Amino acid sequence: MSLACNTVAILAVCAGAFFFLAGTVGLLRFPDALSRLHALTKADNLGLGLVVLGLLFQAAGPPAALKLVAVWLLALLTGATVTQLIARTARPGEPPQ
Amino acid sequence: MPPAFDTGLALLVFGLAAGTITARGAFAAVAGFVAYGLLLALVWVRLAAPDVALTEAALGSGLTGGLLVGASTRLRRSEPSPAREAASATLRWAAAGLCVLVSAGLAAIVVLFAEPAPTLAPQAVASLAATGLGNPVTAVLMAYRAIDTLLEVVVLLLALIGIWSLAPDRLWGGLPGRLHRADPNRMLTFVAQLLVPIGILIGLHIFWVGSVAPGGEFQGATVLAAMGILAMMAGLVRTPPISRQWLRLLLIAGPAVFVTVGLAGFAIAAGFLAYPPQYAKLLIVVIEVPLTLSIAAMLALMVAGASEWILQR
Repeated sequence: MSLACNTVAILAVCAGAFFFLAGTVGLLRFPDALSRLHALTKADNLGLGLVVLGLLFQAAGPPAALKLVAVWLLALLTGATVTQLIARTARPGEPPQ
Repeated sequence: MPPAFDTGLALLVFGLAAGTITARGAFAAVAGFVAYGLLLALVWVRLAAPDVALTEAALGSGLTGGLLVGASTRLRRSEPSPAREAASATLRWAAAGLCVLVSAGLAAIVVLFAEPAPTLAPQAVASLAATGLGNPVTAVLMAYRAIDTLLEVVVLLLALIGIWSLAPDRLWGGLPGRLHRADPNRMLTFVAQLLVPIGILIGLHIFWVGSVAPGGEFQGATVLAAMGILAMMAGLVRTPPISRQWLRLLLIAGPAVFVTVGLAGFAIAAGFLAYPPQYAKLLIVVIEVPLTLSIAAMLALMVAGASEWILQR
């Protein structure tokens, strides 16, 4: 049981790390602000989500697991908002809010 | 041989520090500084100091970062002509030399520490029961070295008064910062409505849990201040004019209660800021609650800045 848990945890965290890597490469390589933001959201949403999923298998108990999920949900909310705000400012012809 | 993770982390911190110093624009330097603070928080976690890590992430990186972003935005207009104001090469090299000297001195002290390093940790833990607290760091901040905490809060208050004094005379007592209008269709309004209640709960939790676990009044107050700033930026709450009586009272409530309890220590215990053991926990909570609210108000008003508007009646 613990072996299965560890395997799933390692796989999920590695997948999350891959999305973070992809997001970082996108941030460095993409040509303009909007596509860079597009790359970053993948790291925020999927990358952090998969890392949290992996850590859930290692969590000490339900309260710790709930805290991890709360961290992911808060990061989703703030990440999406900040991305929107930056995109509105960066987009040419769009009046900044 | 240190573990690869720690080596990588240390190299990253050094690289980011160098990048921040050599960054061309003020805004890029600020972005580097915020990332540097977050990495430093990770370093503190690796050093098994989660209390310091929380403080670094909340105050060192988050709040100071916010203040610096505000400053660099204000400086942006004058930035195209920094050459005239730039320090001379001699001054820069002198500053760099002094920084290297300080760093080398600190490094030498750490490297040349006696083995085992001198520590007061066993005494701090041994006397923990007398304070009624479960977190030795909070015991140091609120009991053993409470006077340091008191002075820190007074320094914050002085800094806020310093910021207020930057306003011209005719604007004294006015509204700090920019005017934000609430727009129900705006992204920020939605997030502020959703996030602020959650954030206030988290801030209170971090404050309350500080008695037994990593956390405490400074970290909790920073989260509360951030929620206040968010509500003000979204226009949900209007920044109060700094001449308001209740605002002034809120700001001095924490330090005033702190000093009062400290002076009472002469009558009920051994001296200034000494607590009688059976009431130690109670007195610490009595100090901490108004202190947290005062610090939150101070931090939020520091970010809001000097007054820029006067209410027309």
